[in-house]
Formats: sequence, structure tokens, C-alpha cells
Amino acid sequence: MLFYIFALLAVLSGAYMVLTRNLLYAGFSLLVTLLSVAGIYVLLYADFVAVTQLMVYVGGVLVLILFGVMLSSRVHDQSVMSESVNKVWGTVITFLLIVGLCYTILHANLHMLPWLQTADADVLGPEKSTVHTIGIKLMTDFVVPFEVASLLLLIALMGAAYIATDKQKV
Amino acid sequence: MEGVPLEHILILSALLFSLGVLAVITKRHAVVVLMGIELIFNAANLNLVAFSRFDPLLLQGQLFSLFVMVVAAAEAAVALAIVLRVYQLFKTANLNQVNHLSK
Repeated sequence: MLFYIFALLAVLSGAYMVLTRNLLYAGFSLLVTLLSVAGIYVLLYADFVAVTQLMVYVGGVLVLILFGVMLSSRVHDQSVMSESVNKVWGTVITFLLIVGLCYTILHANLHMLPWLQTADADVLGPEKSTVHTIGIKLMTDFVVPFEVASLLLLIALMGAAYIATDKQKV
Repeated sequence: MEGVPLEHILILSALLFSLGVLAVITKRHAVVVLMGIELIFNAANLNLVAFSRFDPLLLQGQLFSLFVMVVAAAEAAVALAIVLRVYQLFKTANLNQVNHLSK
């Protein structure tokens, strides 16, 4: 039941993000979508991913996007409004995407997959915490992608700081 | 949560993905296009986490979604820096008006 409430919130605010013309309203409805997706992660026994979603997306990416909105438009004139183009073709393509994906999902017979049938959903124990497993996995099996991700973040932040510098003033 | 079938989670993620594609197609402000891309990332993450529920010993789906979040954060930082630079050069963030290499 809680899942359907979160799903409805996510889809409604995502649709409002697409339909509204005001950039700030779009940013704040994206906030509601990200929060509902974090709630769905909690319901899917992914507590660490949910907290990371809150910290990285809601605390980081969304604040960055709101800064981008405020630095690239003035709130009181028309530049905070974004016009829509390709409305007809966009709607047609989106409708076809939804129909095709839903048809595929409903006809895929996912419960016939052998590894889904043999899966034991209760192996996590009574606490249902994934932090222990994720910590061990990040330091053993996934240590190379972990280190590469740290390098990628460092390079991306250096590059972003370099690109955004005003070269005339420095 | 055992009551929610896997198909409903996948359909929710398909809806979020389609809304992200709609934002990327129809909007012409660069920041809104970025928001659409973030929505698409979230739909992909939701799929990974949904399937990871059936893999509680290895949790490969959740680990993969963590790396997706790292790459999304790096992408957002670089893309917003580029948007700010474009706005300084062209005095607009409308993607249809940014169509030549120099001023």
C-alpha cells in the first residue's frame, strides 16, 4: 500500500516537472520525485541505497540544479520560463515508449526466471540491513570500481571548477 | 513489501523513464534537460534495486546502482559547469539558440 502511495507521488510530480513551464517549480517537483524514489528503496530492503539517494541526489545534485536555475535565469522575468517544442512528436514517442515497455514487462513472464524462483528473500535476517554486506563487497569484489569512482569524482570536480571559472577576470 | 509484484515496480520505472525522455525531447532549457536525464538515471536505478531484492547475498544490483549515482553526480557537476559557461558566453541557456561555436 505504501509502495503505491510513493509510486503515485513519484509519477505525479514527475509529470508536473515535465508539464510546468517554471524552472523552479520543475526543480522542486523533481525533489518530490527523488524523495518518493528514496522511500521506495527503503521498501525494497535497500536502506543504504536509500540514504545515498537522499544525500547524493536530494542533498547534492538537486541543490546543484537549483543553483544552475538561479545562475542561468532571472526569477522575475521570462527567462525562468522554458518553452516546450516538439510537443506532438514528444507525446507520441513517450506514449509508444510506455506502451511498448509495459507490454514487454507484462508479457516477459518474470516469475518463470529460474534465479528468481530459487531466490530466498528472507536471507537478510530479522534486521534486513544491507550495510554490512555492501561494506564488505565494496572492499573485496568491487574495490577496483570503487577506486576508479573516486578518481572519476576527483577529475570531474576539478574539470567542473576549471570550466566554470571566469577566465576574463582571473 | 512481499505483496508488491515485481511487474509493478518495473512499470513504475518505465513510467519515470518515459517522463524523463519526454522532458529531454520537449524542453529547450538546458537545466530542464538535465533534470530529465536525472529522472532517467533514477528509473534505471529503480530497476537495479528491484531485481537486487532477489539477490540478497551478493547485492550486485544495489552496488551497481551506487556506482550509477556516483557517475550521475559527476555528470551533473560537469554539465552544470558547461551550462554556466554557455550562459556567460551566449546570455541564454536555450539549446535552440546555442548553435554556433563562437560569438
